[in-house]
Amino acid sequence: MYEFDWSSIPGALPFLWDGMKISLEITLLSVVVGIVWGTLLAMMRLSSIKPLSLFAAGYVNLFRAVPLVMVLLWFFLIVPKFIEQLFNLPPGTDLRLTSAMIGFALFESAYYSEIIRAGIQSVPKGQMAACQALGMNYTQSMRLVILPQAFRNMIPLLLTQAIILFQDTSLVYVSALADFFGAAYKVGDRDGRLVEMLLFAGAVYFVLCFAASTLVKRLQKKYHPA
Amino acid sequence: MIQISNVSKSYGTFDVLKDCSTTVSKGEVIVVCGPSGSGKSTLIKCVNGLEPFQSGEIIVNGISVGDPKTNLSKLRARVGMVFQNFELFPHMSITDNLAIAQMKVLGRSRDEAVDKGLKLLDRVGLKAHAHKFPGQLSGGQQQRVAIARALAMDPICMLFDEPTSALDPEMVNEVLDVMTELAQEGMTMMCVTHEMGFARRVANRVIFMDHGRIVEDDAKEAFFANPRSERAQQFLAKILHH
Amino acid sequence: MNYQWNWHVFLQPTASGDDVYLGWMLSGLQMTVMLSLSAWVIALLLGALMGVLRTVPNKLLSGLATAYVELFRNIPLLVQLFIWYFVLPELLPEAIGNAFKQSNPVFQQFLAAMVCLGLFTSARVAEQVRSGINSLPRGQKNAGLALGLTLPQTYRFVMLPMAFRLIVPPLTSEFLNIFKNSAVCSTIGLLELAAQGRQLVDYTAQPYESFIAVTVAYVAINVIVMTLMKKMEDKVRVPGYMGGK
Repeated sequence: MYEFDWSSIPGALPFLWDGMKISLEITLLSVVVGIVWGTLLAMMRLSSIKPLSLFAAGYVNLFRAVPLVMVLLWFFLIVPKFIEQLFNLPPGTDLRLTSAMIGFALFESAYYSEIIRAGIQSVPKGQMAACQALGMNYTQSMRLVILPQAFRNMIPLLLTQAIILFQDTSLVYVSALADFFGAAYKVGDRDGRLVEMLLFAGAVYFVLCFAASTLVKRLQKKYHPA
Repeated sequence: MIQISNVSKSYGTFDVLKDCSTTVSKGEVIVVCGPSGSGKSTLIKCVNGLEPFQSGEIIVNGISVGDPKTNLSKLRARVGMVFQNFELFPHMSITDNLAIAQMKVLGRSRDEAVDKGLKLLDRVGLKAHAHKFPGQLSGGQQQRVAIARALAMDPICMLFDEPTSALDPEMVNEVLDVMTELAQEGMTMMCVTHEMGFARRVANRVIFMDHGRIVEDDAKEAFFANPRSERAQQFLAKILHH
Repeated sequence: MNYQWNWHVFLQPTASGDDVYLGWMLSGLQMTVMLSLSAWVIALLLGALMGVLRTVPNKLLSGLATAYVELFRNIPLLVQLFIWYFVLPELLPEAIGNAFKQSNPVFQQFLAAMVCLGLFTSARVAEQVRSGINSLPRGQKNAGLALGLTLPQTYRFVMLPMAFRLIVPPLTSEFLNIFKNSAVCSTIGLLELAAQGRQLVDYTAQPYESFIAVTVAYVAINVIVMTLMKKMEDKVRVPGYMGGK
């Protein structure tokens, strides 16, 4: 029987907390960018200007067809060099964190844009007709009437996607970034207590995500008793 | 054939059925009517155990429905049921709909089952549609197939839960005609329905339910001529104006 | 920008001399496909079982199934993978654990990856199956039971055939997700497509070509799977149902 030794954990908590902060930072940034850029993408996709809708469709379909791991590797290995050369920055500038965050945000935006697009399309067509009949232009209609309704319908899905995003942050491991999971692995590896640290990390993620998704379900029941 | 004694059922705090008692003898045709929410559908679903009940007893052909030891599956094979929304199995052809329970429950061979199914299909006038799928038939046709499907099991009695309520008016008669024929051939039937014309023609007794109770249980002539309770009188007055 | 594009690098012999670089990529692709397909089989079988169990009246069974789903849904895939690969061999009885640790490394990686991916996805399949069953008209179950079919028979002949047809679109999504999630298994050293992509970047001096090639491969997988699933959806469509053809 394996001899469990949890003694690594207490001493490592500050380090693990730093990692958790990074996980949360990436999550928060990606959610914000995801919603903003995702909304723009969704509107582009739904617009009647062909080049815009084609671009948005291409963007979304591309990012949804490839693994996140690949996108992160792309932004970890390729993009920093590319930006260095483009802006003539001194070599060795650490763009890793920024790059990973950008890659992450661009990737998740594609998923957010699909949720938002569905949300926009779920608003009855009559609403837009009513806006136009009242003389509102496209931007006004979207901003004042359509988007507010769309977002209210989408909140549970947006929140659920945020939980998924939080879990996805563990993949920045491939960019050698110390997010919570990366930190847990480092501690386990260093102390030879990988088993305990991995189980600990799993338990922490479980508690956080389960609590969050229970909250979302409760919110859903409250606002949509149907 | 069917004995319902002091049956009560509740969902949480809501009492759906309150102390209901009645009997149905072999060959009798009983119509159960009443306003929405009176519990008539629930009562009929208790007879074949699709709905459990908290107190009282239901005996069908000598078998107690509420007894935990009863093999409900075997019981249901002998009691036919027709649903308001037909409930044909959409992914199976009409022939398969008719054959599946015969094969899986009664153990008949596929040939036997298909043969019987087609005979019954012919009886309800739909033999030409045997190879089609439910989605390709009209409501009235689907309901007639549903009746044939129930009859294929050689039931001792038939339960009908508002069989024509979901049909367009022009299709109601084709289904009622099948049911009338069935009654005239001596099938024991318990029908929840609003079709008072059918009740007048074919029923032996009429049961009127209101708020979970059996308020009236009369021979049909007595019920239509002179309902005893005020509630039944109101109900008849409104419904017979159609 | 001084970058020399060289698409011919794929046909050049590798550092170890036994293959051309394209061969590396193809072997990665093969590994991805094998891993994904075998995990998908596990996911479908277990997922269907768990999804059904979540809908049965027996509270113990449905509770167990719910616990199963919540467990695999609330832990990131990467963490699950590491637990299967690093932790489980330590927790198994010594004989089995040692046998595992001494076997072929690729076998170890593949087995851990396949089990992890299969179970992870099965929880998501279970949710789809559950929602498919719940979206069936309630009368269907009653109609099956009223004919005398037992509950298992009703699930088998009446409910599941329709439920599965209803969930083909979301199942397609999950199937695609398995192919994408297989990339995570590169972290334990499995040489699937993403890992080979990284190798190509390291060994050739042509990172752009390597990445573009791997991206194209994933997009191609996407297109092929979607086409196949669409064909299947058309084939099992029930005539006259849901206003379809």
